[in-house]
Amino acid sequence: MWDLHRVAELSGGSTQLFVGLHLIHEVTSPQAFAALQDKALSVQCPERTVATVDHIVPTINQNRPFADPLAEEMLSTLEQNCAHYGIVLHGLGSGSQGIVHVIAPELGLTQPGMTVACGDSHTSTHGAFGAIAFGIGTSQVRDVLASQSIAMNKLKVRRIWVDGQLSCGVHAKDLILHVIRNLGVKAGVGHAYEFAGPAIEALSMEERMTLCNMAIEGGARCGYVNPDDVTFAYLQGRLHAPVAEAWQRAVAWWSSLASDANAAFDDEVKFDAVSIAPTVTWGITPAQGIAVDETVPTPDSLALSERSIAEQAYRYMDLEPGSAIEGLPVDVCFIGSCTNGRLSDLKAAAAIAQGRHVAKGIKAFVVPGSQQVARAAEAEGLDDLFRTAGFEWREPGCSMCLAMNPDRLDGRQISASSSNRNFKGRQGSSSGRTLLMSPAMVAAAAITGQVTDVRTLLRNDCTPPGISH
Amino acid sequence: MTEITSFPQGGIGQVHGRALILRGEDIDTDRIIPARFLKCVSFEALGNQVFEDDRLELGGSHPFDLPVNQGASILIVNGNFGCGSSREHAPQALMRWGIRALIGESFAEIFYGNCLALGIPCATAAAAQIETLQESVAADPSQTWDLNIHTKQLQSDIGSWDLQVESGPREMLLTGRWDATSQLLDHQAALKRTMATLPYLNDFVVSVQ
Ligand code: SF4
Repeated sequence: MWDLHRVAELSGGSTQLFVGLHLIHEVTSPQAFAALQDKALSVQCPERTVATVDHIVPTINQNRPFADPLAEEMLSTLEQNCAHYGIVLHGLGSGSQGIVHVIAPELGLTQPGMTVACGDSHTSTHGAFGAIAFGIGTSQVRDVLASQSIAMNKLKVRRIWVDGQLSCGVHAKDLILHVIRNLGVKAGVGHAYEFAGPAIEALSMEERMTLCNMAIEGGARCGYVNPDDVTFAYLQGRLHAPVAEAWQRAVAWWSSLASDANAAFDDEVKFDAVSIAPTVTWGITPAQGIAVDETVPTPDSLALSERSIAEQAYRYMDLEPGSAIEGLPVDVCFIGSCTNGRLSDLKAAAAIAQGRHVAKGIKAFVVPGSQQVARAAEAEGLDDLFRTAGFEWREPGCSMCLAMNPDRLDGRQISASSSNRNFKGRQGSSSGRTLLMSPAMVAAAAITGQVTDVRTLLRNDCTPPGISH
Repeated sequence: MTEITSFPQGGIGQVHGRALILRGEDIDTDRIIPARFLKCVSFEALGNQVFEDDRLELGGSHPFDLPVNQGASILIVNGNFGCGSSREHAPQALMRWGIRALIGESFAEIFYGNCLALGIPCATAAAAQIETLQESVAADPSQTWDLNIHTKQLQSDIGSWDLQVESGPREMLLTGRWDATSQLLDHQAALKRTMATLPYLNDFVVSVQ
């Protein structure tokens, strides 16, 4: 796949790779377009470039102009650039707008065997389709706009083999938090993480996306899952998927791409899905996670290299080593983001919220990952279900994942969040605290007002993790 | 305080200046430049906002606020520096504050690439070596250092340290071709050939429009 996209070897020792799909958004593209204009360059392949707006959009009132003039300026800059260069923009009101890593798969744009680049680190998400997908910086956004290619070094591949099946109440989010907890936040540097094994094959596409989405939190620039029938079934019939005979040719090629069972990897790590419990972060890096029924690790239980960041985390989070995470009161519950803002995520949360009510004093809100997700959820009555249960139902966007819009924590508030980063200040307050967990766990926290083992709230009809979509 | 000159240009053979230390593992880009400052269509204002929240928290005692460090241009960090988001705003903020080179145990990949694209070298050394280097900088923050990309050494009056600079990036820095755009645009014919062989652009054409 790498060789097929190779354009040339560059003098610095890296490879020039063709980029099959370039996704852009309002935050990392304006400076790239400005640089293009400075150098009097044009966009090489506007027909391979797709834009959306996600990071700065308000989730309550999306009428233009936005209340925030900076946000308005960013969106209108993107609109002007797209119009000027002939790039399709899935804008507000288009029916297809949403978080870039949600819309490209659901529109069938992301396909096996492609190279996908975007000025956003969570581009690793698209590797769930058997694509080579990586996040890039703004200078590289400019490079891709100008040349539809990028200078890349070949990555090593670490296979993460997962045996068994996830248990009831345990989701892809728990799996990836568990993997990162065990491998750490830097083990993936220089690597792609290829997820494989019976537990991975059993996952739906949406769950595979959750997994690959957070590969970057383990330091791996790319996540990857071999394309298989689950992949093809997801793609068939989507807007930009091939049809008729072209579909047959596509499936034949995609099927030929899968790395075979005996392929050699630079490294392999094995996990057992059965042993994984709902997982929650207690600290300030995504690797600082524990099973919901464990206690915050004490310094002497940690490797020497982990202790100083743990000390910072105890202080920042105001948590005692050895204390339980279960029962910790929360203030805000956020369901959404490119990690967990898809229909199956909302369904898993809805299954917990149904017939119950958000605890007193808790602010809980649901932000669908895209307009398509919102419509599909509304068609199933999830919006009413959430509202009845005391959740707010919002318009699509990145929202409080990184709080570039009005959704943010206040002061020392603690959030239960289905997003991907618990860095200091990530959710809009420089002293705000974030606990990462699955959307079902966030719903459970909203209902009880505290960190809760979602398994205690499951009904007999344990929603299977693999809701097909 | 006058050592900061223009932004990097052309071949970068050495970086000369005072050094400052920022200790800590896994310092992420949200800390380097908090997300609220990404609301901009140009990078200009970022220099003042670098590490804003950490600096507020430390009320003036953050390394980027200490008077002795003003004008320093070589930043010495620990492991996995720049992890997290792909925001080029992070190296842009460092560059606009005055940083022209980084030395650390390891760097997150996207951050490293973003620095290179701005002409800012990221050199590495083993943890123990970084430790002693940080100690000698701390012992006399006013001394000046030369980071030599040719010899991959950091030198001052009191000694010299061997560092690692990856060969590809080193070559790009030395030749001034760290800004990849022109190199990439040199291969238009090869690009067209690649495009002509990709199944998804030929056997089953799928438009994104
Ligand atoms: S949802 Fe969060 S992580 Fe995903 S693209 Fe938006 S801001 Fe980035």
